[in-house]
Amino acid sequence: MTFRARHLLGIEHLAPDEIRTVLDLAESYVELNQRTVKRSDALAGMTQINMFFENSTRTQASFELAGKRLGADVMNMSVAHSSVKKGETLIDTALTLNAMHPDLLVVRHPASGAVDLLAQKVNCAVLNAGDGRHEHPTQALLDALTIRRAKGRIQRLTVAICGDIAHSRVARSNLILLGKMENRIRLIGPPTLMPSGVADLGCEVYDDMREGLLDADVVMMLRLQKERMDGGFIPSEREYYHRFGLDAEKLGFAKEDAIVMHPGPMNRGVEIDGELADDINRSVIQDQVEMGVAVRMACMDLLARNLRAERGRQAAGVMV
Amino acid sequence: MTTLLTNARLIDPESLTEAEGSLTIKDGKIAALNALAPKGATVIDCGGKYLAPGIVDLGVKIGEPGERHKESFRSAGLAAAAGGVTTIIARPDTHPAIDTPETLEFVTRRAAEASPVRIRHMAALTKGREGREMTEIGFLLDAGAIAFTDCDHVVTDTRVLSRALTYAKSLGALVMGHPQEPGLSNGAATTSGKFASLRGLPGVSPMAERIGFDRDMGMVEMTGAKYHFDQITTARALPPLERAKRNGFDVTAGTSIHHLTLNEFDVGDYRTFFKVKPPLRSEDDRMAVVEAVATGVIDIISSMHTPQDEESKRLPYEDAASGAVALETFLPAAMRLYHAGHLSLPQLFRAMSLNPAKRLGLPQGRLSVGAPADLVLFDPDAPFLLDRFKLRSKSKNTPFDGQRMEGKVLATWVGGTQVFGAEG
Repeated sequence: MTFRARHLLGIEHLAPDEIRTVLDLAESYVELNQRTVKRSDALAGMTQINMFFENSTRTQASFELAGKRLGADVMNMSVAHSSVKKGETLIDTALTLNAMHPDLLVVRHPASGAVDLLAQKVNCAVLNAGDGRHEHPTQALLDALTIRRAKGRIQRLTVAICGDIAHSRVARSNLILLGKMENRIRLIGPPTLMPSGVADLGCEVYDDMREGLLDADVVMMLRLQKERMDGGFIPSEREYYHRFGLDAEKLGFAKEDAIVMHPGPMNRGVEIDGELADDINRSVIQDQVEMGVAVRMACMDLLARNLRAERGRQAAGVMV
Repeated sequence: MTTLLTNARLIDPESLTEAEGSLTIKDGKIAALNALAPKGATVIDCGGKYLAPGIVDLGVKIGEPGERHKESFRSAGLAAAAGGVTTIIARPDTHPAIDTPETLEFVTRRAAEASPVRIRHMAALTKGREGREMTEIGFLLDAGAIAFTDCDHVVTDTRVLSRALTYAKSLGALVMGHPQEPGLSNGAATTSGKFASLRGLPGVSPMAERIGFDRDMGMVEMTGAKYHFDQITTARALPPLERAKRNGFDVTAGTSIHHLTLNEFDVGDYRTFFKVKPPLRSEDDRMAVVEAVATGVIDIISSMHTPQDEESKRLPYEDAASGAVALETFLPAAMRLYHAGHLSLPQLFRAMSLNPAKRLGLPQGRLSVGAPADLVLFDPDAPFLLDRFKLRSKSKNTPFDGQRMEGKVLATWVGGTQVFGAEG
């Protein structure tokens, strides 16, 4: 079992064996979460602070539940409406929190790289819960676990990621993870929502759903980030749905047993057909939510182990 | 008083040669080359090190007025002296902008009192650098403005720009512009491409520079103005620049030392000291621009010295301010190009000293008899580890912090007076 990271800032910094470690440990938490008594003491006595500079209900709830099930004291700070609005800088906020001696800091921030910056200034383990358009590592890990459970493996699969790639941290973390695990990755979306240079990252790029979905094992839909659409990337929602919305007809081009994924929250009728999203034979969207809690428990457990070991070494160093 | 600098390697950017020799300074000017010591002269042995005309740095931001906590005329002047920069050409992107003869007179007086090196000022092309009305170009010229520029603000209204250029042309004033298409570059923090996509940062296509160039060039063709492109940083802008020069337009181009020595990947994990404007480019673009300096298509290298305090840099990358200090690191950074074999020392000083002086109509930048004795003595091979807290600038935002550099300034003279001498 290998997991060396001090923080979880992005998939970019993880090695394939570390990814496997997270997924294997998460399996045991999936089982725990299905019991009536869902308790572990992996984080007993530790303090976890969820700091969300951007509103989020689902991810914050998932992290909160994960921390509580592991026995941590969990505090939620919705910084979106607090002192940051009064002009306090990110660094000051970090230093203030650091003085309260948290052990795990879960951070979401609207600016790419903000979580990296914060991690440099605190003594605890930092988990990136999404920074700008950069990374959302736990989402990619929970997607990987969902795929592994549905397909029996997380290698040599053809995975199509569809939609607003340019504004999506989910897409970035997923394409890095799936690339590290040696899968074939296809990115499908209108060219205006496709980041530049992605073909150099070993992805195949399509602007036609039917071509891109052909024989895919996994179809990963992305939310059309309406709140980030500062104008003019697509002509209209209805044209977008017509060309890039996933429906039964387009899904017919993928493999018969292809699974449909979505990180949520969904815009039904914009990027995905409502009925398809609810089709339990194809859609694993609810499984993703379930895996989310387990994967976050695994990540926090592993980071806490490394944190304890590091503090142990420091204490030993002081004694000598 | 006469001073003889002997046993030096003289770098002559006019003839693109270097040779051993000596140089006589009298009454603030270069009085002779390779002459015997006149009676009573102070003799300084240069120890075989290199003597070149001092750097004329076109486009330095100083925080006066408005941001003196970031850089003052005094701190900038001391940094320049230690960096071998003998003439600072200051930018008008201050708060308020230098856009009236009164403000210009104020900064001219302040600079003269405080700085050990020469400081000349550019004035804004439009009032408040807002691109709506031209400034009093005539009065500003009379008050000593050396060129006119809105710096990184692009005058988007072509009617305003055409009038300003036409008016400037009638007075023989040089206008400096920032070639950029603001529609494309608005909000960008990096150059678009693989790196920007991986980091999730908004990028600007390198074509935005070329489109801005083409538009500005059209305006130059229409008005006949004397024009300088402040920073050409991409390969795509080079063929039209070469063509414009071949067709005889009165245009020149510059680039920054950072774009010549760093590329987009240096940003790494969101290191904001590498955030400059325009953003750092690909390695292919960097090499093309280095080549253009060697062939003379790009005339001038500037430091684009832009002091920013810790507060404006210790922010998420997109929110952090742009710019890097460079007066003191300019010469050692340039030595990277020399040591890599890309540019010779005379080629470097042609771009750092001679060409900017020529373009601005200054007598500096030459190692010839009668020219002002603005000189820098340096050792291109002396190694050191750069510690940003040792910089003389008030702001310490250098991308070279902690890096191994080669090239130390040993002494600097302005008008024959020594204004800097390295310790030891």
